[in-house]
Amino acid sequence: MNRIVRAMLGRLAGMALVLVIVATVVFVIVRVTPGDPAAVMLGSDATPQDIADLRSRMGLDAPLIVQYGQFMLGLLRGDLGQSIFLGQSVGQALLARAEPTFFLTLFSILIACAIALPVGVLSAVKRGTVFDQIVVTLTMIASSVPSFWLGLMLIQVFAVSMGLFPASGYGGPDSGFFERLQHLVLPAVALGVVNSALITRFTRAAMLDVLGDDYVRTARAKGATERRVVLKHALRNALVPIITVIGLSVAMLVAGAVVTETVFGLPGIGNLVVSAVLRRDYPVIQGTLLVVAAIYVLINFVVDMLYILVDPRVRL
Amino acid sequence: MSAAAASFLAGSRQLLRNPAVLMGAAILVLVVMAALLAPLVAPYAPNKLSIANKLQSPSLLHPFGTDEFGRDILSRAIFAGRVSLMVSLGVVALSTVLGVILGVAAGFFKSLDAPISRLLDAMMSFPDILLAIALVAALGPSLTTVIIALGITYAPRLARIVRGSTLVLREMPYIEAAITLGLPTWQVLVRHLLLNLASPILVQATFVFASAMLAEASLSFLGVGVSTDMPTWGTMLASGREYMNSAPWLMVFPGLAIVASVLSLQLLGDGLRDLVDPRLTKER
Repeated sequence: MNRIVRAMLGRLAGMALVLVIVATVVFVIVRVTPGDPAAVMLGSDATPQDIADLRSRMGLDAPLIVQYGQFMLGLLRGDLGQSIFLGQSVGQALLARAEPTFFLTLFSILIACAIALPVGVLSAVKRGTVFDQIVVTLTMIASSVPSFWLGLMLIQVFAVSMGLFPASGYGGPDSGFFERLQHLVLPAVALGVVNSALITRFTRAAMLDVLGDDYVRTARAKGATERRVVLKHALRNALVPIITVIGLSVAMLVAGAVVTETVFGLPGIGNLVVSAVLRRDYPVIQGTLLVVAAIYVLINFVVDMLYILVDPRVRL
Repeated sequence: MSAAAASFLAGSRQLLRNPAVLMGAAILVLVVMAALLAPLVAPYAPNKLSIANKLQSPSLLHPFGTDEFGRDILSRAIFAGRVSLMVSLGVVALSTVLGVILGVAAGFFKSLDAPISRLLDAMMSFPDILLAIALVAALGPSLTTVIIALGITYAPRLARIVRGSTLVLREMPYIEAAITLGLPTWQVLVRHLLLNLASPILVQATFVFASAMLAEASLSFLGVGVSTDMPTWGTMLASGREYMNSAPWLMVFPGLAIVASVLSLQLLGDGLRDLVDPRLTKER
């Protein structure tokens, strides 16, 4: 069997197992709620009949093992459950709010890579210079900044003081893509800049690792230009750890988006889950956790596959 | 002097020669001392209302300004450090205990490796804040539940490191010798393995400390964190948002407190990592 297909099948099996465990963990988290989740959700004014109805609707009156079986079967059918407060299924709620989160994550990772890759490579090439020292210091500071605080500062400067960008929201229902894009600039910069710190550090370290290798010395000895040595010989071989950290960053961006969306009033998945937590809408919390974790597992799988394309020596 | 003490002293001397580590240690000592001595060093009580002085910009009387109730921001920021440090220390302790148990079990006992490793893979698939807010939602917001939620969230990071180091140490001749000599497993683990795991655990725990501080601030900012009468940096930022246009200092100082504390831990963690793994030093 082809090496790539075999590797892909192996990783797919591993991914499926992890997804089953992820679903089980999510099931357990919701069931560890002290007391009766139905009573907690309905609040202190609920009558015993209301609580019994909700328990029945949520399937909480069945034995735990039956609940688990129903939960897993539902997942296989793509059923993430029904939101208690939104009057729609969790899948619909997530889909309706996916667009801002998707574009926020996409633009943030693009901004992070646009900063991190050139700066990281240059910092490694100019190792020990003032430029390198400044990069090392700035990345250390940037990785200590909470993205939501940077977002608040950006709102203060670029929205409140200078009026260049909207401070919050995602435009009205009739707004065009460009208007929505304007609303995403500040949150994407806030998330992108903070996440660029990690990618810059990894890029610099990965480049330093390969710049001292024999084949780089050989390329230089053969008279290749410095640009060719760095971009063609060194960067190509440093790509595996860089791709890994970019993949990891996407997952971190989703986490950052939860808070950043709240700061900027973006109607995305982050905002959905925060309001679900405040209203104790457990099915929404459960569904969001599952979907986000599944996306992370999928990204890891894609990253693993990219390894083979980038570096044929990699055996999975 | 014992060999261990001499090695510790030599390591500390080497660590303190690094200016970045010195700076990190100095900031951390400042934050910890301010938090510990908060009632003595804070110029005002953190919840002292003074409506006549509301939303005052920074001045000699109120170096960080005042909030919408006339409360002194500097005093509140100092007291908020207590909550943040308490939560973060609790998270480090819990995640270390859980991480060491899981990591050692996976690394030392081959039959447990696969199930524990898959569980860790699954746990690490959840973004930290998302998992923490789901756990806080399940357990109810309080200081203890935030510590439990973040402790569970960060335990896999430590477990991964401990497992990796255990796999290497398990093959070391002195561990094999201890097993061959018939020492009980717990003695091999505690006397021979755990002592040698201390360095990687310390390094990772420092980074978990920093992450826990950021996460606690985020949870508090979102309103799903520690519910206490004491201010936290996150809740200060959340309440300051409403007065952003007229009183931007409400946002600046609590944020800078978070950045300085996290930065100090990152600097320390980096220094410790270089010391533990000198291979990394050449990359810097």
